[in-house]
Amino acid sequence: MNLLLKGGRILDPSRNIDGVMDLLVKNGTIAACGPDLQAPPETQTLDVGGLIVSPGLIDMHVHLREPGQEYKETVATGAAAAVAGGFTAVACMPNTLPVNDTRSITEFILRRAGEAGLARIYPIAAVSLGQEGRQMTEFADLKDAGAVALSDDGKPVMDAALMRRTLEYAESLGLTVIQHCEDLSLSAGGLMHEGYYSTILGMRGIPAIAEDIIANRDILIAEYSGTRIHIAHVSTAGAVRILREAKKRGVRVTAETAPHYFTLTDESLTGYNTAFKVNPPLRTAEDVAAIKEGLADGTLDVIACDHAPHARTDKEVEFEYASNGISGLETSLGLSLKLIEDGVLSWPDLIAKMSLNPARILNLPSASLAPGACADITVIDPNRPWTVDLKAFRSRGKNSPFGGCALPGRAVLTIVGGEIKYNGLASQ
Amino acid sequence: MAKKHSVKVVMDSEGIDRCLTRIAYEILEKNKGMDGLVIVGIRTGGIYLAQRLQKKISAIEGREIPMGILDITLYRDDIAKATQKPSPGKTQIPFDLTEKKVVLVDDVLFTGRTIRAAMDALIDFGRPKMIQLAVLIDRGHRELPIRADYVGKNLPSSLWEAVSVNLMEKNGKDEVTIEEDH
Amino acid sequence: MTKLTKKDILGMADLTVDEIHLILETAESFLEISTRDIKKVPTLRGKSIINLFYEASTRTRTSFEIAGKRLSADTINISASTSSVVKGETLIDTARNLEAMNPDIIVLRHSAAGAPHLLAGLVRQSIINAGDGAHEHPSQALLDMMTIREKKGRIAGLKIALVGDIQHSRVARSNIYGLNKMGARVVVAGPATMMPRDIEKMGVEAFTRIEDAIVDADVVMMLRIQLERQKQNLFPSLREYAQRYCLNRTNFKLAKSDAIVMHPGPINRGVEISPDIADDSGFSVILDQVANGVAVRMALLYLLSGGNE
Repeated sequence: MNLLLKGGRILDPSRNIDGVMDLLVKNGTIAACGPDLQAPPETQTLDVGGLIVSPGLIDMHVHLREPGQEYKETVATGAAAAVAGGFTAVACMPNTLPVNDTRSITEFILRRAGEAGLARIYPIAAVSLGQEGRQMTEFADLKDAGAVALSDDGKPVMDAALMRRTLEYAESLGLTVIQHCEDLSLSAGGLMHEGYYSTILGMRGIPAIAEDIIANRDILIAEYSGTRIHIAHVSTAGAVRILREAKKRGVRVTAETAPHYFTLTDESLTGYNTAFKVNPPLRTAEDVAAIKEGLADGTLDVIACDHAPHARTDKEVEFEYASNGISGLETSLGLSLKLIEDGVLSWPDLIAKMSLNPARILNLPSASLAPGACADITVIDPNRPWTVDLKAFRSRGKNSPFGGCALPGRAVLTIVGGEIKYNGLASQ
Repeated sequence: MAKKHSVKVVMDSEGIDRCLTRIAYEILEKNKGMDGLVIVGIRTGGIYLAQRLQKKISAIEGREIPMGILDITLYRDDIAKATQKPSPGKTQIPFDLTEKKVVLVDDVLFTGRTIRAAMDALIDFGRPKMIQLAVLIDRGHRELPIRADYVGKNLPSSLWEAVSVNLMEKNGKDEVTIEEDH
Repeated sequence: MTKLTKKDILGMADLTVDEIHLILETAESFLEISTRDIKKVPTLRGKSIINLFYEASTRTRTSFEIAGKRLSADTINISASTSSVVKGETLIDTARNLEAMNPDIIVLRHSAAGAPHLLAGLVRQSIINAGDGAHEHPSQALLDMMTIREKKGRIAGLKIALVGDIQHSRVARSNIYGLNKMGARVVVAGPATMMPRDIEKMGVEAFTRIEDAIVDADVVMMLRIQLERQKQNLFPSLREYAQRYCLNRTNFKLAKSDAIVMHPGPINRGVEISPDIADDSGFSVILDQVANGVAVRMALLYLLSGGNE
């Protein structure tokens, strides 16, 4: 089956294209992109006038919970959430049970992804066995099995020497290393951002410097060893500043932030609502402003939602005992569209941060609408206001602080390898 | 629909004073003097009347008769269910009640529930030899088997009538009124 | 007359000045009951109060229990250890089970800040926060305020110094909220390591020297120091803490000549307060605080009960 998308606004940051055109998909690849294309026989034609046609969106930081915590999410339900949120591909963190630190787990995840047949799933393998920060995993074997990057995720690599060796060894294999920046000695026992609100709420704080110090340390290690590093979910003004300076002096560092870090502040925690509990924690209004600035000036390359699905039992407990995280795949694009409304990002910039940039950082194929490219396409209706209904999430994790939130638009068509995996064109 | 009020004065200042003087003598007569006798006014309506009786009896007998104040809020039989809790006042009984003859004083005797609560409260303070009741007005409509020993005036009333005892100490004038709501 | 329209008492942050006045005035009239031979009134006959304590606390639990009993309520004590809760039944399940038994008020003590808020949102019963982590301890602040009012005749305009581990103190937070609302001038002092960030934004002046805080104070409130904080390097040793932060004859001279000394208890003698200060009934009102605690808790139980219609 071929597809002809007619009259959409084609946005392809890989070729700096932004114009109203048609797009023809044949045999799973982009066949043509231009004005007034004719539909060959056996072609489904879709009128996408007024809509944005973008390379398939990629979320490079999600948690799919399988194997081990299927009650929170499975590869299949996570992939369904991804395509419903407009993502044709996601990269999943290794904090499964057991940890994705060996070929067999990586292969298992890829097999599950193939069975689901929805979004592309790119496993990220652990830096250290069991994410314990001691013994390196078999980077080359994991890459060969299909891992696209290395990270110890929420258990950051605290040992500077291990981080140095990891960056050096991974560099030679072309594997990206992703660090969750948190100095565990400074954040120990912390439940939320340390500041006025942690003071009045009587909760142990996680100071912004816990993030800044590790970001700075790892940037220095990357600079010294001439390697590349990617900083996960930046939440502080300090880390933005450190990144900006590092990029200015040529360090090969890239960074992402998540929608909640440019949308919410620590003030949201005053009701002890565990839906707002994330790590890194929600920060202050000044941090939010700095994150937006970092997105606008290119310091922050990527928007990734840190999709962290949890079951009710993980969240309906005392704040102190609640799990960290937001089920974000189905609201990420809608929240990011507000950045355009607010004049923080242009359309091409937003699309680049949600497709081209993560693809480049993870060395993934394409993220382009050029003829010959794999037909991973997301069609976005920027003017389709909707209200977030947690019960309607495809994800098993209904844990989101954005339930009831009004968002300006959403993905209406998610095409993976030329096949429509999500079609919301008709729904209202 | 507009309400029509008619306020009728049923006892004036002199009337109140005459009643209290009579009650004071009746109390002394019945108890054969003031030995072992104490007065306890029920907050808030009974306090000032108890004070006046205390003055009169003390004057007649030439020595001070002990007087206390009893707040019965916490003994009310409707208190546990009340959504809006009335503020309890202080109870001040600066003497032992054991083996005392207690004259409870209140302004109006109506359903009898206040007196029931007051007797329960009193007994928590000790075991009096006897409890007597003095009221300025008995307006009838008892809901409990309670009867006053000393009554200033029997005032038959309807349930929809409001009887008010105004006293100098509280309202700046001595006067008992009955108000009809048609 | 103001009334208490709240279903729950979760913290001083939520109480209005009028509500604080109502609670204190009600408590003052309850004080006398505890001086009677028969220390019991029938007011809450047939009501059940559950003291659900996830943290050991003899003092507060006993105070609530006595308060309930003096009002003739049935009081039931449930002690649960937090560790078993993490492994086993959740607070929510426990609460739903208790709710099914239809008590009238649940008094909750919990090590996790916000636990009473979670419970209050789930059950129809009134919840009284008897201390949640380092967050709030409203009945303690109310009894402190009652004691200050009793001794000083007012709260507005007084200078009140809170000294010690402010960071981990729910007593400090509740008192800062309450005393500020009532018009007092609140200053705090303690080691910088135990001074929470942005504490000034709560409307207090903060010092690291005890002397700076207690100078000209009308009330000096000493807070309890948890001895295990030493292991977290929040202070080097008890010896040094006592040298710098113990209230003694010398530094107490800086306070007003008629200043009073308070402590939520239990006292680490010689660490927070020197024994001769703690035991001097000339200015130590620590035992009055305990007596007032029962009256304040009676007032809270009284004002909250029966509002289920």
